[in-house]
This record gives sequence, C-alpha cells and structure tokens, in this order.
Amino acid sequence: MAFLTFKGGVHPPEKKELSEKKEIKALPLPNEVFIYLSNHLGTPAKPIVEVGQKVKTGQMIAQAEGFISANIHSSVTGEITEITEMINAATGKKDKIIVIKRTSDDEWHLFEEIKDFKKETSEVLIQRIKDSGIVGLGGAMFPTHVKLSIPKGKKADTLIINSAECEPYITIDDRMMIERTQEIFKGIEIIMHIIGAQHTYVGVENNTPKAIKSMEEAAKNDQIDVVKLQTKYPQGAEKQLIKAITNKEVPIGKLPIDIGIVVVNVSTAFAVYEAVFKGKPLVERGISLTGEGVKEPGNYIFRIGTKVKELLDVCGLVEEDKIDRILYGGPMMGIPLPDINLSTFKGNNALTVMTKDVVKTDKTYPCIRCSACVMVCPTGLQPYLMKKLLDNRKQDDAKEIGIMDCIECGACSYICPSHIDLAKTFKTSKKIIRIMSQRKGK
Amino acid sequence: MKLNTSAAPHLRTKNSTKKVMIDVLIALIPATIFAVWAFGLKALYIILLSTISAELLEFVTMRFLRKRKDFTPDFSASVTGLLLGLNLSLAVTWYHVLIGVLVAIILGKHVFGGLGQNIFNPALVGRVFLVVSFPIAMTTWDIPFNNTELITSATPLGLLASSGPAEALQNYSYMDMFLGKIPGSIGEISALALIIGFVYLVIRKRIKLMVPITYISSVFIMTGILWLINPDSYATPLFHLLAGGLLLGAFFMATDMVTSPMTMKGQFVFGLGIGLLTVIIRVFGAFPGGVSFAILIMNAFVPLIDLWTKPRIYGTKLKGDVK
Repeated sequence: MAFLTFKGGVHPPEKKELSEKKEIKALPLPNEVFIYLSNHLGTPAKPIVEVGQKVKTGQMIAQAEGFISANIHSSVTGEITEITEMINAATGKKDKIIVIKRTSDDEWHLFEEIKDFKKETSEVLIQRIKDSGIVGLGGAMFPTHVKLSIPKGKKADTLIINSAECEPYITIDDRMMIERTQEIFKGIEIIMHIIGAQHTYVGVENNTPKAIKSMEEAAKNDQIDVVKLQTKYPQGAEKQLIKAITNKEVPIGKLPIDIGIVVVNVSTAFAVYEAVFKGKPLVERGISLTGEGVKEPGNYIFRIGTKVKELLDVCGLVEEDKIDRILYGGPMMGIPLPDINLSTFKGNNALTVMTKDVVKTDKTYPCIRCSACVMVCPTGLQPYLMKKLLDNRKQDDAKEIGIMDCIECGACSYICPSHIDLAKTFKTSKKIIRIMSQRKGK
Repeated sequence: MKLNTSAAPHLRTKNSTKKVMIDVLIALIPATIFAVWAFGLKALYIILLSTISAELLEFVTMRFLRKRKDFTPDFSASVTGLLLGLNLSLAVTWYHVLIGVLVAIILGKHVFGGLGQNIFNPALVGRVFLVVSFPIAMTTWDIPFNNTELITSATPLGLLASSGPAEALQNYSYMDMFLGKIPGSIGEISALALIIGFVYLVIRKRIKLMVPITYISSVFIMTGILWLINPDSYATPLFHLLAGGLLLGAFFMATDMVTSPMTMKGQFVFGLGIGLLTVIIRVFGAFPGGVSFAILIMNAFVPLIDLWTKPRIYGTKLKGDVK
C-alpha cells in the first residue's frame, strides 16, 4: 500500500529502537524545579508569586502577558526560593526563572472537572485551556488557546492531529498513542467540539505499527481517520503534514486556518484532555530520554522545570569523554545545550545525548552542484543558490528566491555530500534579514 | 562536562564529495580496461599520464597557487584527467596529453575558481582545445586489436560523413560497434563497457539520470525521423547511438554535476538541447562527431536553464491564485 507524503525530504537513520519498546514511567519528583517564564512562544509570563511563598502543584505562579503568551504553574508542592535568571539554550541569552524547592509530596491545586464537555461552549473550554497553560507540545510551544480561537470570518472544518514523529530517536508520541489512546481520543473530541471541525485526520508515520493499530481500534467514530504516512523527515512539519494528508498547500504568508485546517500535536491533545476532564494544568509531560550517550534510554513523564542533569541521572550517562552533545529534541532540529545544569521546557519531547562516534564532523568540500539539496528541500527552495548568494552578502537576492520560507528543517545540510552548513546559514541569515527590514521600517 | 554546541542538524550523511568522485572513477574502469585490451600499453600510458598529471597539477595549483594549505585530493581532478585520457586518440604523444591536462585543469576549472565553479566540463575543454590545435594527431584513428603498427582507418561516423550509411555499415556491424571493435577515441569505442559503468552509477545513485535519458532518446528520435524520411542518406538511430562519443558523453560528460542543471525539468531541457545539437552537428556540420561541442554549448546555457526551471516554492502559484 502506498503511504501518503510530501515532495522532497530525507531518510536519516531512525534510531527509534533505543526506546520504542520502553513503557512510559513517571520519574521521581524533583527536589527543586527551575521554571522559565518564557515557556512558550510570545511574551514571557509575569510572575504572581513572591519569594518565600508556599505553592501547591498546579498552582499558577506566572500569568500570561499580552495576546500571545501562556500561564505557568508550579510543578511541585513547595516554597518559592528565588526569582532569578538562567541561560536559555534556544536564544543563548539569560531568561527569568522561578525556583521552587519541593517541601512535600504533591498537594494538587486542580480546576473543576468538566466531564460532559459537549454541554460547554467553546469559550468556556478555551478559557480552561488558557487557565491550564497549554502550549504546542510538539516543540514550537505556541499557546494552544490562541490556536484554537478561530478568528471571525474563518472556519475550521478539518483538524489534523500531528503524530508524525519524524525526528530520529524520539518515541514519546509513539508510546503515548499506545498507552494513552482513550485519553488522546477524548482530547481530540474536545478540540473538535471547540473549533467545530467536521473531520479529523490523525497522521502517523508507518514505522509505528503498534501506535497505528491502537489508534485505529479506538477510532470508531467515523469522523476520525487514522492516516498512514511515509516515514520520511520532515513529515511532521506542519505544512508538509497538511500537504501529505489533504493534498492542499497553505498559501505563502497564510496560516493553516486560512484553508480551514487546524493542526495540533498528539501530546497537546492529551494535555487538553487532562485539563478538561481532570482539571489538571500543564505541569508534566512525556519525554524520551535517549541517544547512544544514555545507558538506559526510555520514555518518561517528568515535571516541567526539572534540571536536565537530574533527568539524565535517572537513565545514566556513558563516560563523559564519549559524550559529544546533549540536545533538547532530536538530532535534526534539536537545540544543543551549552551546559547540563539547565532546566527543561513544556516543549521538550526528548533529550538526546549524542556520542562522539555518532556525530562525526567530516571535512567540507566545495559545492559540486550535485542537486541533492534542491531535490530534498520540502519547501521547493534552492539551498545551494541561497548559500552562494548569502556568502556574497546578497541578502536581498536570497530573500527574492524565498529564504524567508525556509522551515529550517535541516534536510539540505543532512544530505549535502560536501558537508556544507546550509541550514545554519539560513537560520542566522533569516534573523539578520528580519532585523534589517525592521530597521528599514518595512 | 564540555558540550559541543554546533548547530543542527546533528546527524549528517555518510556520503561525501570524495566518495562521489571515487565512484565515477570506478564506473570508468570497464572502459579503461577495454581500452588497454583493445589498444595495448600505449593506451594505458596515455590514460595514466593524463590521470596522474591532472591530479598532480590540481594539487600544485591548490597548495601553491591558491594557497590552500589544508588541501587534500578530492579526486575530482582524477575524474577530469581520466575522462580526458579516454577521449584521446591513440596517435597522441606525451606533450599532447600534458597540454590537454593543463588546459583542462587551469583554463577549464581554476580560472573560474576551482571545483564547483567552472561553467564548462573541464575534460571537454581540454579535448576540444587539442582537437582544434592538433587536428591530425587527434583524428588519426587506429584499428583496435591490431598488434602490428598503427593502421589508420576511418571511424564509423567518419565513413558515414564521407561515404554514406551503406558504406559505413559494410565495414562495421552493429555488434562490432556494441562490443568495441571499431576505431575511435580510446575510451569511447565499447558501448558495452560504458553501459556497465553507467549501470554502476545508477545503482550507486551518483548520476543526474534525467540527462542521459533525454539526451539519448532525443538523438534516437531525431535521427530516427531523418532515417525514416530517407534511409539511403541517413544512418539508423541505432547506428548513431553506438557510433562516436555519444554514450561516453551521455553517461559521463553531460552528467558532470558541476556543469549540468539542478532540477529534473532543467536536466530534461539540457539533455534535449545536447541531443538536438549533436544531431545537427553530426548530420549537417563539418565535423563528423558533435558530442563534445554539443555538451559545451549546452554547458553555457546551464545558468539560464536553472533560472527558467527553478522549483515551485510551497504555497505559491496554487490553483485559483489571482496572480
């Protein structure tokens, strides 16, 4: 049978076997958590607690500030010991954090349970999602209540659940679908109810047969289809997923909602279920702790704000001199950590510890125009040409041929036989171009 | 703990430009072996001289003229040298070979900025330079598998131009042309040996496949039409496929990654253009063979072809777009 997909893409080694058979386990409660106030895309949240204050698990400690922002809750029961700063690996700059010392086992601060969600209006449910601080758990951390608030004049007829875990190593969504099937389906039904979607597609890559099976068995509702997708990177990129499933493209400069589609990650659907059915704010999530540098890779539930070192100590690390890098996320788009003593985010679906023998930095050759980058670019760009223009400081020309549409998936860098850092150049150049056009006042 | 913070992606292909070049060299081994078998040690001498001097010249140029102290051979120059050697006639002497190599590596490649920057296929630049500078040496053809002294004879294409298709086919059968029992450049005569190398490149995915497909089929169709119109004065399409440098050019020269277009569409246009020019030169031109010129001319069009055939960016030019 032919599986659906998009044009382009690459097939990196999957490496899912390290953790795909490991059941999800809850990690022991951390003794201390360090919670970033930028735990989402948009404006950082504003602290509403003071040093010395006692907080319960699930109690709000920082409030959404502005339209695109999200609430933040304490992930342990304890005492606020400090409001200070910590390096954010994504930006390299220091960000505000709230430090909480755990003093006892969990005393939960929960919302009222909403079992019969169909009787509630969209507004009530969206407010619940906002109150619970839910953000996109696929990694982008876009506030979910904003995504589910359909602008006036627009209609969301299709919901797509993104279960295409296309990054190598990561298996948490796979395990969630196997072990939390019913909860995920409740979450999907809630989201469908909120946005008024007629139909839902659950997009799953064909390298997760168990997850496909349990999802298909649960999808008795004829409004929900489980769609098998080719295992190919970046299958889980929003626009590529939409193309694969619906054969529609999001016009340039527009959002999926402009063509009637909303895409939500599968773990986010689970978080929505917990917020509505159990009244539980987002204080914990699933994560794959994996990579050749980890002794016992596996899938776990962790409290947001636990230090990376504490998480990795649970599964054990190999000898220090063998470790090359530690990533938030997987090896294709993952953010490398400068220090193991940093904290974790709501968007962390994996910590991948890569060893030196896996990451081999090879010699760079000149571009021989082999056309591999053009063939794999899922956006239809010409990476070799953009790189050439940028090397000659022709940012305007690079913009002309579409650099701003680059999704930074890294497929071009992965495939390049001359080992040229294409994606890295595009990422930094996009930032520079954005700053330059802001200065011009465009 | 010291952590590496290099940018994503953190996994890279195991492939490399050097491996691509080595695979092209491997793919040319059958043609090389056949050349030595058919023409003897003189052929080996020409091929080795050309390959080794090309690699040496590249090394000297990179290390000392362009001051790249960390340069190590990537074997792209060996590919150029080997292709040039296979494109020579047995009648050349050592200084012809060295002049060809010098022109190929310096004029063909480094004046543009070295590997990846050249517009024209370097081996063909070297060959064409030799053809126009030393026409006699470059077009004196020996009969293969002849152990006595050099016997000058006409190639199938030469006979076709001078005496017509019937005469050409009387001297050489299709089987002779397929196996390589015909006069010609030392590496071009055996279609079989070239096809083996081509299959290797296809299996290893080292070739812009669209180029040879469109090139060969367009030559086949165009010469086929001419032949159907008048079989007495035009040769069969099969004759055109097997004669001259068509297969060597289609499999190994037109497909040079540096000097061919980047998209499938572009490669289609490129192959078609080379096919058209090859047929025009062969049928109507003064030279019996046209592959080298056809490829070089189309090389010059590659930047334009790339511009015309750039891929469509996701989310643009959709159905129902106003623009």
